[in-house]
Amino acid sequence: MLTGLIAQLLNGVQYGLLLFLISSGLTLIFGVMGVINLAHGSLFMIGAYLAFGVASLTGSLWLALPVAVLGGAVFGAVLERLLFRRFRTRAHLDQVLLTFALILLFEEGRSTLAGNQFHSVPVPGVLDFSVPVIGGFGYSAYRLAVLVICLIVAAGLVWLIERTRVGSAIRAAAENTEMLNLLGFDAGRVHTMVFAGGTALAMLAGALAAPLQSVYPGMGDGFLILSFIVVVIGGLGSVAGAFWAALLVGLIDTLGKAYLPQAAGIAVCAMMAVVLLWRPTGLFSRT
Amino acid sequence: MIVASRPGQCVLGAAALGIASMPLWASAWHMQLVSTALVAALFALSLQVLVGATGLVSLAQAGLFGLGAYTVHLLGSPPVWITLPAAMLAAGVAALLIGPLALRTKGFFFLMTTLAFGQMLFFAFHDTPLGGGTDGLFIVRPSLGFSVSRAERPAVFLLLNLSVLAIVYGGLCWLMSTMLGHALQGIRSNENRMAALGHNVQRLKLIAFVLAGALAGLAGHMSALTDAFVSPDLLGWHRSAEALLMILLGGIGALHGPILGAFALVAIQEAGSLLSDRPRLVEGVVFLAAVLFLRQGIAGWRLPWRARP
Repeated sequence: MLTGLIAQLLNGVQYGLLLFLISSGLTLIFGVMGVINLAHGSLFMIGAYLAFGVASLTGSLWLALPVAVLGGAVFGAVLERLLFRRFRTRAHLDQVLLTFALILLFEEGRSTLAGNQFHSVPVPGVLDFSVPVIGGFGYSAYRLAVLVICLIVAAGLVWLIERTRVGSAIRAAAENTEMLNLLGFDAGRVHTMVFAGGTALAMLAGALAAPLQSVYPGMGDGFLILSFIVVVIGGLGSVAGAFWAALLVGLIDTLGKAYLPQAAGIAVCAMMAVVLLWRPTGLFSRT
Repeated sequence: MIVASRPGQCVLGAAALGIASMPLWASAWHMQLVSTALVAALFALSLQVLVGATGLVSLAQAGLFGLGAYTVHLLGSPPVWITLPAAMLAAGVAALLIGPLALRTKGFFFLMTTLAFGQMLFFAFHDTPLGGGTDGLFIVRPSLGFSVSRAERPAVFLLLNLSVLAIVYGGLCWLMSTMLGHALQGIRSNENRMAALGHNVQRLKLIAFVLAGALAGLAGHMSALTDAFVSPDLLGWHRSAEALLMILLGGIGALHGPILGAFALVAIQEAGSLLSDRPRLVEGVVFLAAVLFLRQGIAGWRLPWRARP
């Protein structure tokens, strides 16, 4: 019972951290560019399929991680330059429809290239053992590795945004794009960077998640809804807010699925309703 | 919100007469296809009360649509004069519960809150025994008060859906000319000014939300009646996004836009699956083209000799 609970808690934290990788990109893209990206869950799915492809071609998942990050950055930059740039100032409705169209096109591309079957990606051999936690209870080493990788990425992201020159440009772009231009920065480049970074994070999350669950067609859907809930609870544009909200949502969803499977989906949405009643702009928003 | 001009209304009326005459010349399959489009039009029209009239973009609409459809199943298919008001009431009450919470938020947050509430309804039918399974189920059609043979069915449901759509469209045309309709449109153009003029903006928005919800429930009811099938997919947010596309395709500024858009989208989907084995690709490209190039929608097309407004 106790060991089961510990396992579920660890699963919840690890799930929450994966959610953070996805929702941090989402919250930054909205905070800085003002764009709602419903196709963000599809980017996660693409990352997972990329990992599946690389792992089955080369037999190594480790190679898939840098491929997902670099591929994601390039893909995101192209999407931003070609499409999202034009939709920055358009109505929310147009953004919803643009990204819905992208979902359909990504799904079609996925079914053409990889088919509609479920795939499984093996856990890398080095990490295919369990770490003893207490009293003979073991926890998957790969899950722990995912947890550590996510924490390192989260720390790096917070450092990048709070402590570096690039980070202050990103924060300035969220405040006032025109002012950023007047100060001699290229706001357009900042937007491309943010979108590329968000895409890379989502695809990295997909690649990391591939061995944890099956790789299948709509796998991004559940993550999309949950990461939007994370963004709303955490407050738009707040990376720290996204971090704590992701942990909270990850824990509630995992514990809910384990102990009260019929109410898990509703529980998370209900929590968001409560937060919105209490603080309509999220827990960590500045206003 | 543009209500069609007199010639425009005549064209719509002529189209309705054309559809009403279908039982005389069209095949059962074509009548079923048009029935699908009529239900889609009714659903998109319910969303237009929020999007086009009041300026609220909601993703909870499919949840209310599905709730209306499932009401038929949950009541155990009593006669239609019970299921129809019950479906509208169920969806309206759900909207009345969701509305005050969702309307505390604006813009992006409203979109996301309605997405979450819509998905909550989806999960309620998808994850619990309430919905009777994730794959959906065939239901018993409520009795219409007269017996309908299998051969007559497509024609009867076609005429039924057409009359419901005509009544709702007529009612909304009238609503847009009332003080309430004008107040809603005022909120769309400038919410702060409406508040400054002394209107209770929150209450007006809630009225629009509940009215739209009840109409979505009606559309869901007609869908359950026509197809005799309900599934949790009816409640998924993809459906809401599709209804938004119908509105955008048909024209966000016009009350008849969603009707044109629904027919266009059903035609595109049908053509997509007839002409190619990739209907999703066709749909995606049409969405993309519509959002990139078709800013005014079909209702915004002007004949070359008529001046643009």
